[in-house]
Amino acid sequence: MEIIISILAGTLFATGIYNLLQKQLLRIIIGTVLLSHGAHLFILTMGKLKTGAPPILIEGVNEYTDPLPQALILTSIVISFGITSLLLVLAYRTVNENNTDNMEQLRGNEHE
Amino acid sequence: MIYIVLIPLLLACFIPFISKFKDKIHTGIFVFIIPFTIFLYFIRFIGNEFSPIHQTYKWIPSLDINFNFYLDGLSLLFVLLISGIGALVVLYSIYYLDNSERLGHFYVYLIMFMAAMLGVVLSDNIFVLYTFWELTSISSFLLIGYWHFNERSRYGAMKSMLITIFGGLSMFGGFILLSVITGTTSIQAMIAQADIILDSKYLPLILGFILLGAFTKSAQFPFHIWLPDAMEAPTPVSAYLHSATMVKAGLFLVARFSPIFSGYEWFFIIVSIAGIVTLCWGSYMAVRQTDLKAILAFSTISQLGMIMAMLGFGTKIAVFAAVFHILNHATFKGSLFMVAGIVDHETGTRDIRKLGGLLTFMPMTATLALFGTFSMAGVPLPFLNGFYSKELFFDSAIHLTEGISGTASFLIQVIPYLAVLGSIFTFVYSLYFFFGVFRGKTQLNQLPKKPHEAPFGMLISPIVLVLGVILIGLFPNLVNGTFIAHAAESVYGSEVVKELKFWHGIDSTAFQMSLVVVGIGTILVSTRKKWNGVYKLLPGKLSFNKAYDWLISMLDVYSNRITRSYMTGSIRFYFAAILATTLVVTFTFMFVTNGFTIQFNELAEVTIVEIAVVLLMIAAAIGTIFTKHNVAAILTVGVVGYGVAILFVIYRAPDLALTQLVIETVSVALFLLCFYHLPKLEKNDETLSTKTINIFISVGFGTLLTLIAIASHSTNSFNKISDYFIETSHSLGGGDNVVNVILVDMRGLDTLFEIAVLGIAALAIYSMINLRNNKEEK
Repeated sequence: MEIIISILAGTLFATGIYNLLQKQLLRIIIGTVLLSHGAHLFILTMGKLKTGAPPILIEGVNEYTDPLPQALILTSIVISFGITSLLLVLAYRTVNENNTDNMEQLRGNEHE
Repeated sequence: MIYIVLIPLLLACFIPFISKFKDKIHTGIFVFIIPFTIFLYFIRFIGNEFSPIHQTYKWIPSLDINFNFYLDGLSLLFVLLISGIGALVVLYSIYYLDNSERLGHFYVYLIMFMAAMLGVVLSDNIFVLYTFWELTSISSFLLIGYWHFNERSRYGAMKSMLITIFGGLSMFGGFILLSVITGTTSIQAMIAQADIILDSKYLPLILGFILLGAFTKSAQFPFHIWLPDAMEAPTPVSAYLHSATMVKAGLFLVARFSPIFSGYEWFFIIVSIAGIVTLCWGSYMAVRQTDLKAILAFSTISQLGMIMAMLGFGTKIAVFAAVFHILNHATFKGSLFMVAGIVDHETGTRDIRKLGGLLTFMPMTATLALFGTFSMAGVPLPFLNGFYSKELFFDSAIHLTEGISGTASFLIQVIPYLAVLGSIFTFVYSLYFFFGVFRGKTQLNQLPKKPHEAPFGMLISPIVLVLGVILIGLFPNLVNGTFIAHAAESVYGSEVVKELKFWHGIDSTAFQMSLVVVGIGTILVSTRKKWNGVYKLLPGKLSFNKAYDWLISMLDVYSNRITRSYMTGSIRFYFAAILATTLVVTFTFMFVTNGFTIQFNELAEVTIVEIAVVLLMIAAAIGTIFTKHNVAAILTVGVVGYGVAILFVIYRAPDLALTQLVIETVSVALFLLCFYHLPKLEKNDETLSTKTINIFISVGFGTLLTLIAIASHSTNSFNKISDYFIETSHSLGGGDNVVNVILVDMRGLDTLFEIAVLGIAALAIYSMINLRNNKEEK
């Protein structure tokens, strides 16, 4: 199963990066979202899947799933949420100011 | 001794404050104290008894880079030149530079240069030496460009820096090789291991690199072209840096390393040829110049060439003569530069075609120039120091046979003739300088100012230097035993005893050579206008300056073109380039280190539910690329997010699943809020090639990541640290939910920062929305 999840994470990365390389801001934001999902799954597989009970201590249970990746992912989820919302508002402002969300039109001119 | 180098640098920091009062009192008066004190400090080492002094101050011991200061005869000679001429130059500049100039800048640069130059000649550690070496290049750059509003100044400053730093860097390469081979960074320790260096297969490289540094600094042919352009600097600077001290750093370097290389035939061949060619070319070109300072610049080039050649000869007489001439050249050339400055200052021009007959207007200056030029010409008179070193030069040129054989033997035949040739032109330009300025017809209408004698203060420094010329000329043994012999000894390796006397008899070959020089020289001076046409043949259109300018402009054009080719301004392009590079580098690294592993045991079992979720997510992820509607795109992203949440549930991560669900819901809501304002998604209208590249990069990255994920899952190089968290969660953190304990206890600071990041993001979002409101209200 780990291999399948690895492939899933890779697919998420591939689609995320493809979206990042697009012209439109909305696509780029979607790309970052996919990228962070891929990263979370990537971290999760590193700690091996389903090796024991959820990491909540209960009397009589000895095998638990690795808690460290989960802690890392939890931090990451929150941070990527912050980034996504910031990017969305940034895109919204950019469109408001420049009347375009096309990266090619937003690029700087020659003599900057 | 470290204080001698560092204190001037510290004091230089205060000069800008002192220069605030420059209207009341000239800044130079304060600055004068610095070199003068250093001169007094070092003059006490002069004497018949002298032994080298070694002092060490730790700087970067782990890299073997320390302030190893070493004062031997050679350093002492240079230190005295640097501080002595430095004091005179500062004194002279008080009258030369007006209060209205930016005196603070000038003296800061000058003192910075002086300290750096002292550092160069005192350092025994090659890397410290290199550091100071480059510092002299930088201060020279600043001083040449002092009148930065002049285009020529900027050009000259740039040129000198490019050429000397180019040489400096190659010298640095040589130093690194040396320190790798010998395992030490001390020059004295390297001299002790000269055999190892001479046996090394890198010897030609080392020699080439180091000589490149020395030749560029000392303006040897064909790197001499920067020196004439450096004459745009104020005259005190030309007198100090570009004739007496900095340009001699290259000679110093060759002299310092000659105990190591003197046993190597190519050292003799390269250094002698470079020196002799520079001597001839410099003196030949000097006669052609019309600017007083340009004449002096080419004459400096030729004199440096002469000293360099003598260092290359490496015989006992030659080394002694070289060291002796370093001192002599500083005295007469320093005074001549100051004379040129006085003429410029009092008449308003340096063009020798407009000058003439100034003897009646400025008798003092003319007298000083007479001594300076005649000494430079090597006129056989017993009170001119230039004659002694010139005769020693001839003497060494005809006695080259000491232990030289093979390919070098041809050189021995030619060198005496070239030496005479160079000296003839030296004679010609010296007299051309004197007679062109002070004799001949006066053309008062050509001069911007009415000429008159310089103020006495301006004359003090050249007078002191000319007194030096005469004193050394009359009593050569005054400086001989007391410090010239010590300096020659530290270059040559063993004791150098040389009795200096004026008269060697009419049948001495060197004296006859001098007579030939004076004879032919006099004829050439009086018929100068007739043979002037020879410059149309040589150099004619041949010009090293043109080659330099062409090189620089080509460098400009091509670097501009290359930079433009990748700095396109398109962020997407930059991003793709970064990704592609990462891809290639990581793939190569993983392949080379055999990093890809795969292991099939200990895998979790595969269930239908999971497969279904995974397939759904893959479909949704790929779907985001093809959707052409905003809402559809956002919803497909939502599918992926909820899919991740479901996987978290399956993989026993309840906290993650909860958080993911909440966040995903909020995100989708946020997306939907924003999408109303964002333009509609358009059809992908990129060219096929861009699409292919994008697909290639993204698929490549996905594959790479999959492989890395599998590899990292398949290796067990380290013990997991998670067991520690599970064990101590209750006892240390007081909680049963291990993930929570890690977040708020074990890695509490991390979480705090995470909250801070969120806070910043919230503030940014708030202000971005608010800004719009304000604008619209207006």
